Amino acid sequence: MQNPKLSFIKNLFDLLSSMRFAVSLLSILGVASIIGTVLKQNEPYENYIVKFGQFWFGLFETLGLYDVYHSGWFLVILLFLVVSTSFCIYRNTPMMLREWRTFKEHATEKSLHAFSHQATFNHVADVEGAKQKLIGFLASKGFQYKIRQQADGGQLIAAKAGTHQRWGYIFTHVAMVVILFGGLLDGNLPFKLQELLGQKRIETLDIPLSQVPAQSRMPISNPSFRGNMTLPEGSSSNVAFIRVRDGYLVQELPFAVALKDFRIEHYATGQPKSFESDLVIIDPALEAPVTKTISVNHPLTYKGIAIYQSDFQDGGTTLNFNVWNLLAPNNQTQGLSGAIFDKAKLGDGDHALSVEFNDFRKFNIINLSPDGKGKPHNVGPNVTYKLRDNRGQAVEYVTYMQPMQIDGKFYFISGMRETVQDEFRYLRIPADDDLSLHNFMHFRATMFDATQYEKIAKKIADSSLDVNKDKAIRAQFESSIVRLLAVFAQGGYNQVARMIEEHVPESERETSAATYIKMINIAAYEAYNLSLTQQKKPALGHGPEVEMLLRESLNAFSDMFFYGAPYYLQLVQFEHKEASGLQLTKSPGQKWVYLGSVLLVLGIFAMMYIRERRIWFYLKPDANQVHFAMASNRKNLDFEQEFDLYRNQLTSLIS
Amino acid sequence: MSNLPDYQQKPLLQRLDWQDWLYAVILLIGAVFAFTKYAHYMDAYEVSFLFGAAVLSSYLGWRWRALAKLVLAVGLVSLIAVSLYQGSLERVSQVFVLKFLIASQSAIMWMNVLFVLAMLTYWFALYRRSAFTANVASSLTWVAVLFGFVGLMVRWYESYLIAPEVGHIPVSNLYEVFVLFCLITALLYLHYEQKLNTKQLGGFVLLVINAAVGFILWYTFDREAHGIQPLVPALQSYWMKIHVPANFVGYGAFSLAAMVALAYLLAAKGVLASRLPSLDVLDDLMYKAIAVGFAFFTIATILGAMWAAEAWGGYWSWDPKETWALIVWLNYAAWLHLRMVKGLRGPTLAWWSLIGLLITTFAFLGVNMFLSGLHSYGTL
Ligand code: HEM
Repeated sequence: MQNPKLSFIKNLFDLLSSMRFAVSLLSILGVASIIGTVLKQNEPYENYIVKFGQFWFGLFETLGLYDVYHSGWFLVILLFLVVSTSFCIYRNTPMMLREWRTFKEHATEKSLHAFSHQATFNHVADVEGAKQKLIGFLASKGFQYKIRQQADGGQLIAAKAGTHQRWGYIFTHVAMVVILFGGLLDGNLPFKLQELLGQKRIETLDIPLSQVPAQSRMPISNPSFRGNMTLPEGSSSNVAFIRVRDGYLVQELPFAVALKDFRIEHYATGQPKSFESDLVIIDPALEAPVTKTISVNHPLTYKGIAIYQSDFQDGGTTLNFNVWNLLAPNNQTQGLSGAIFDKAKLGDGDHALSVEFNDFRKFNIINLSPDGKGKPHNVGPNVTYKLRDNRGQAVEYVTYMQPMQIDGKFYFISGMRETVQDEFRYLRIPADDDLSLHNFMHFRATMFDATQYEKIAKKIADSSLDVNKDKAIRAQFESSIVRLLAVFAQGGYNQVARMIEEHVPESERETSAATYIKMINIAAYEAYNLSLTQQKKPALGHGPEVEMLLRESLNAFSDMFFYGAPYYLQLVQFEHKEASGLQLTKSPGQKWVYLGSVLLVLGIFAMMYIRERRIWFYLKPDANQVHFAMASNRKNLDFEQEFDLYRNQLTSLIS
Repeated sequence: MSNLPDYQQKPLLQRLDWQDWLYAVILLIGAVFAFTKYAHYMDAYEVSFLFGAAVLSSYLGWRWRALAKLVLAVGLVSLIAVSLYQGSLERVSQVFVLKFLIASQSAIMWMNVLFVLAMLTYWFALYRRSAFTANVASSLTWVAVLFGFVGLMVRWYESYLIAPEVGHIPVSNLYEVFVLFCLITALLYLHYEQKLNTKQLGGFVLLVINAAVGFILWYTFDREAHGIQPLVPALQSYWMKIHVPANFVGYGAFSLAAMVALAYLLAAKGVLASRLPSLDVLDDLMYKAIAVGFAFFTIATILGAMWAAEAWGGYWSWDPKETWALIVWLNYAAWLHLRMVKGLRGPTLAWWSLIGLLITTFAFLGVNMFLSGLHSYGTL
């Protein structure tokens, strides 16, 4: 009687150590790995919400899809792989070792006749002499052999070559277990357990370091971690941040790291050539601080913790702006200063906006050629900031300090967007010949200044012959221009379009729109000249250049109404301060993984390039006959060819 | 001369004749020359790669005479090209031989043209069952490989002419590695062509090579991506010099296997069966190619992990390229298990290796096109 419980365990063992199960696991692991490459991992959770909606976001979160490779179920697959491979090793190794050692010298004449590759050499005159020849043959082919006297008086020479191949199996599969073991050591299993037990939890709020509770801190003794540290120039820190899902953990370090200087070097083309940080390690155990420059591909290891150059960001660059109120009928500016990661305030009362300075980039390599085929080049610094109203709504801006050259003309560029998912939409303000904003800003102020409209209307009427014949017509003409300018100042082209829709019958809209646009252009010309006169600058002439300038200025004017806020922040001065992004890792599993890798390579080469072959010669007593049989655990063409070759060589050797 | 029995084969070192030794000595002199001239550009690893390359090329040349001839020819033509430059990139447009033959761009264009011609010739030879035509096809392939390697060598030199700080081995972007892919796949094929003494598979293998040629042409003319770009910081490492070539031996071998699988599937259905090698031979070749590919791909992935440990701070980050390398690796591991342990043969495995090529192509190209990650390596 079989014990059903035992047979269940045996069946389970058989299943787990079976090839079918292993191949299925390999396939499942492959497919599961794909998920994490298709869905971007470890993004901020808001991005996923926006992308998938609340329902799918929740479902995917439950499935752990935002960090697949650390999710429970993925680890279970890996664990199964370890178990299955270990069982497989356990099951096959004794057999492999036996095969490696044995000569199979217990074969009998009868069993040899059952081989698929065999031959019989008859009429061997001198069997003893043949035996010596066969031994010589085997030795020269690299076979080891053993001779055994048979019961029937015959002799069996059993030989083997390439049985080290069997070690290939052992090495390869042990390697997999070793590598996965190393990987698990470096995984976050200890934290996961502590989290399950409620001893640790991730911090999801952006709070000062000192307020992070002990529950979210990992001690110096943590055997393995991979954290980040952002160090502004001139500062130091003794903790790293480990990103986990939508939060983080604070990793305490046994020393402090200070950043003396961070450098980016560029090639002549503007692409970055190197990122380097001059680090100082401050450790009470050290007599003098250690200083070392690290760069990409050249990390520093101290106390088992490796410090890598990983990225860089702004370290709190200080900024000075001229702020223009785009919608005001004057061109006064106010100063504003701040620093990246700081806040400032604009305006007051209900309309006050808080300015959050997010990022500053000194170099921006952009391809501005119209067909995209030209060379990218550096367009100078830009600053990214948000303007947030008192209801918490924010608009994000990116503003370039220097005007950019597009199609041979210079423009001040500032982009805005309401959410991170949107593309930036750009306001393009034509720059003056001296690359300043003044002309546009004066023109803009004039267009807003209702007290100037009559003057403008009069000028236009003066130069228009038709309307001067009749006083009433002239007055009507002038007032319609004043009205048009007032409408335009309320919302640019869009407002004009709305007015047309409200007051003009559909059939006449197109013609009247054309008329209005022409009028606006003429008025803009006068307004521009008026603003130039006020600045004591020479008036505009005529020609395509001027038309283009007016068109661009009017477009910019119209776009201002969609800019999200009335403030244009012109960056006038900055003091650059960078921060180096470091990665700190402690990875005790690395040696195991490397050891496993060496085993793996040795094993694979052994398994594939060492060919196990066995030869038997049976020397029949008193029969002048030698029986030859050959076998291999891998039957392939090489083996067939080798057998044919040996058979021919042996024939001429002993027959 | 010999008191050895005639079945005995002498060990490799005793089989070498004076030509073999001359070849090795030339390579060694070349390495020493490069070392004395450029040692200050190299770190200890790179010096060991230089001499390692000389030893490896000697060994491979001893095992395969035709390769030795190729190595010498590539060296000779590249040296001629370099001497014609006289240290100035301007000379590309002034010297006839450079402009139309062996400047990097021109040599690679010749490679492209010759691969196309070779493919057509192989197919014509298969159709006509003409051994002579097949020999011509084979020679065309050899010359294409010669031009390709010259193109890469000269490109390497050109990169230093742009500016010493820009100089780097030409395996750093998609354009360059596609050329490398063509060359390695062609060499692997030529090796088996000689070993199995059959030229019937050339047309098949050149299909996949010419797909890569098509990509190179599109990349050159549509994207103008053939220019030499300086290396981003992450790629400035000696690891690149071994990781990338090892990977491409893997990709090349898998592609070769897939094309043999295609031939197998056709022959198994009776298509071209009388013109192709027997199914057993095809099956065996498919296995050998995958075995070579698997071994090199394993090494490449391990080297990649070691590089990642040095550049990114972790030997494994589940970056999409890394993950897809793992998927490719798992795929062929499963393939090998079915064949070696279950003893599976025939159409199933042939289909599998054909589909394996899709997975491999995605890992090689698709990841760059559709996914983003840490690999700062050629986006389209
Ligand atoms: C982590 C999962 C595994 C990996 C990555 C792996 C990998 C490999 C590789 C690369 C080979 C060599 C194929 C060749 O020689 O070309 C191989 C062979 C083999 N594997 Fe696995 N294997 C795994 C799990 C297993 C399991 C669970 C079994 C249990 C049945 C198994 C049984 C075998 C056997 C019997 C061979 C052939 C050995 C020989 O004939 O010499 N493998 N494996």
